[in-house]
Amino acid sequence: MPTMRERFIAVTSDLLDSDPNIALILADIGVGQFKETGVVDRHPGRVVNMGIREQLLISFAAGMAKEGFRPIVHSYAPFLTERPWEQIKLDFAHQGVSGILVSIGATFDEADWGRTHQAPEDVPLIATLPDWRIHVPGHPDEVEAQLRAAASDDSNVYIRMSTATNEQAHLTGGPGFSTIRTGSGDAPTVIVVGPMLDVVTRATADLDVTVLYVNTIRPFDSETLRSVLQAPEVVLVEPYLEGTSTAEVSLALQATPHRVLSLGTSRRENRHYGTGAEHFAAHGLDEAGIRASITEFVAQRVAV
Amino acid sequence: MTNATSSKGTSPDTGLGYEDLPRLITLMTGDEKHSFSATSTLDVLWVLYSRVLKIDPNNPEDPARDRFLLSKGHGPMAYYAVLAARGFIPVETLPTFAQYDSILGKHPDGQLIPGVEIGSGSLGHGLPIATGVANGLRARGSASQVFCLVGDAESGEGSGFEAIAMAGRLKLSNLTAIVIDNKSDSNGWPGGISSRFAVEGWSTSDVDGRDQGAIHEALVIPHSDRPHVVVASVEPKA
Repeated sequence: MPTMRERFIAVTSDLLDSDPNIALILADIGVGQFKETGVVDRHPGRVVNMGIREQLLISFAAGMAKEGFRPIVHSYAPFLTERPWEQIKLDFAHQGVSGILVSIGATFDEADWGRTHQAPEDVPLIATLPDWRIHVPGHPDEVEAQLRAAASDDSNVYIRMSTATNEQAHLTGGPGFSTIRTGSGDAPTVIVVGPMLDVVTRATADLDVTVLYVNTIRPFDSETLRSVLQAPEVVLVEPYLEGTSTAEVSLALQATPHRVLSLGTSRRENRHYGTGAEHFAAHGLDEAGIRASITEFVAQRVAV
Repeated sequence: MTNATSSKGTSPDTGLGYEDLPRLITLMTGDEKHSFSATSTLDVLWVLYSRVLKIDPNNPEDPARDRFLLSKGHGPMAYYAVLAARGFIPVETLPTFAQYDSILGKHPDGQLIPGVEIGSGSLGHGLPIATGVANGLRARGSASQVFCLVGDAESGEGSGFEAIAMAGRLKLSNLTAIVIDNKSDSNGWPGGISSRFAVEGWSTSDVDGRDQGAIHEALVIPHSDRPHVVVASVEPKA
């Protein structure tokens, strides 16, 4: 199966060839792959490599957007979202323009490169801004659908690709949450984001839970959550900073006494290399850890 | 589209000229004193808006207009006075300066003021955006020119250097930067600011920032194969 990134490169190249308003702004990362598809040579005014200049990467894209282009901006997650954070905040929405940011290097994709190449804070950071659509795809087919939809509208969009994928794509046809499994009337609802679906499915195989799959975490689909909710208990499983969407759950359920368990990466400095699987396990986000946390959460339930 | 002015330099749209600017600034500051941050840009802005920029207050969104991006958004009173004199905003808005419902804040917001290309305030954003604007215009085959005004202290921001290097490498001949040098950078620029642009392939002009004739000449110098910078020196910030 081609990776999310391979699909991104193919689809972006296709968009560049078919739509004269699409621009692609890069900072060295990905340039080699886009040279192979030929778009660097075919569209020199619209495909521009900044070199290692990530502040300019964002501002230059915003300038192109001011002239009517729809810029796709691609780099490695921390260098795309964190280093030029103020540029993202001020040079897009504040200037009345928009763009599409597409990252690779999600959370622990490259764990052995160390802390500098881990950015589990990217999603909560972007989520502080108004009206950004944040996609956390779990499959290359989802990347393609999200990218094509983003290319044809004028929203600010962040697509967070990962080397981790689920076996199957879950194309919902829109930004809403989709129901994977419905539990009994006493079941808590587990909201699973992007590439966490398969591990959560295994972790909860014999537990009584409702499972909602999410590949668009902002805007947050409160309506579907309220409509499927059975027991007023929600478990969030996010492959980035723990608690990122807890406030969204609280807002969705503010009329209902409820409990929330927020699973994600913790804030501690974890000075290790190794594999992504080892790091997710260290944060309790492997199959055993997720299962133990959900079981304990259900056991804490106080009979009324 | 017009960049015509009368022999006195007054605007055909408002009848206001350079000599009216201090009075217009006073409508914002409330007294005769105003800081150099407000006035260091005054002559460059007046030359741009009266003699250089192809812009029309009656059609501020014209796609064929020249683009002016004020990156140094601090001390925008001179800018607002020039916009009023040129008919982009009514003179009556000036006394509302910095009030809750005003379109005129202590840093400008491009989404609120007609004819203002960008909001600025945080330093080091304008020239990088201008570089993308210039590249976008060139990709469209547009004849529009892009001008961006920055300060010498602002030039300490690394983001500006990213843009200087890239604009040079892209040979963005439709881009002109103007640096207002009032010696306000705390650590100074040994060898001068223009040398930072020159080494990246820009053509450069160093002028007296109070000499409108020299400013005009420097702003219209042909630079058909590279971006151009005009460093306009004014009296040091008090």
